[in-house]
Amino acid sequence: MEIPYTVQPRPDIGLYNAKLGIWLFLASEVMLFGGLFSAYILLRVGAAPGEWPHGWLNVSLGTLNTLILALSAITTLLAWVACKVGEFGKFKFFHACTLALALTFLCVKMYEYHDKWIHYEIKMTDGRFADGHFESAVYVDKAANKELEEHSFRGMAFSEVSGGVTNNYELASVTLDGRIVTDEKLLDDLRSQKNIEREPVKIERAQIKHMENYGPWHNTFLAIYFTLTGLHALHILGGSIVIGYLWGPGRKMWKTDPARFTNRIEVSGLFWHFVDLVWIFLFPVLYLI
Amino acid sequence: MSESHPVDFKTYLRRCLYVLIAVVCTTSLMIGASFLPNYGWPAKVAMILSIACVNAFVVAGFLMHLLSEKKLIYTLLGFTVFFVAGLFVLTIYALHDFPTGTTH
Repeated sequence: MEIPYTVQPRPDIGLYNAKLGIWLFLASEVMLFGGLFSAYILLRVGAAPGEWPHGWLNVSLGTLNTLILALSAITTLLAWVACKVGEFGKFKFFHACTLALALTFLCVKMYEYHDKWIHYEIKMTDGRFADGHFESAVYVDKAANKELEEHSFRGMAFSEVSGGVTNNYELASVTLDGRIVTDEKLLDDLRSQKNIEREPVKIERAQIKHMENYGPWHNTFLAIYFTLTGLHALHILGGSIVIGYLWGPGRKMWKTDPARFTNRIEVSGLFWHFVDLVWIFLFPVLYLI
Repeated sequence: MSESHPVDFKTYLRRCLYVLIAVVCTTSLMIGASFLPNYGWPAKVAMILSIACVNAFVVAGFLMHLLSEKKLIYTLLGFTVFFVAGLFVLTIYALHDFPTGTTH
């Protein structure tokens, strides 16, 4: 049995099935992101004056990603237009551009996440705060009188088995590329401070009261930042898989049913534009306000 | 992204160029507004979000063809806007009940 209205629009509403379906899906997506934006408003307004972090995110990278997504939205539209006018070569080119731009967006996002992941704040026993990017840590096994320098943080202690012997290493010192401040509030508003000087800062284990990276657990801002951008990145990834499929194995349909294939491109394009729209609001809300 | 008229590639290319220029301009304006020194936070937020709305209108209107869509889509979006607006209104309505100290 053939499913009706996969190509031709329904006479009563003027839309084919998939297009009605994607708009219903996008409506549910608006509610999903709407709920999260609502949560953001609640957290942002509830924060005490001067406590909400400012300038923690790289505006240049956010701007770059905004332009990358805008450009990819344009190339996906041009890919659909190319299908409409029957120029399959142009379709392949523009869809490949969309895919490349989507992956570039994800790479930039991963770079930003990594930057937060290796950024640490250390609460020191004397009440001061050390803040900066992790450079190295020295671990010692006192029993074996061994010392080890690591360039990724492995916790306060860890065990390692080598040659049948277990070495129990404990953190001896940490070196950050950053600074030491006396007031934690200085770490909140980075935008108002100009020319922040960073240098290698070595902190001994005895001086460390608490050490934590800038992951989602660090504070409320980072929790909502990772939630919103993480969900958005998942949408980008999902969209990229669909676009990749239509550009690769899925394009066989062009030979058998070009009108239906063009509709598929249109539907995937609508999803992609929605993802761009979400970013248009995420960028100012997280990076600028 | 539907079009009842014949599609012309060059017309679309030109349209896309205008959209890209609009996006670059609105993004620059948003960044500029966020660095304005003599405005309070509420004024800046209003300004930046207004510009973001213009940006979104350009993308939705021209790239998603929302300016020339079918009636059913507008009805569907009308319901969506109603519910999302309700969500935000409820949040703002509960201002007196806001949790405080939401940073740590």
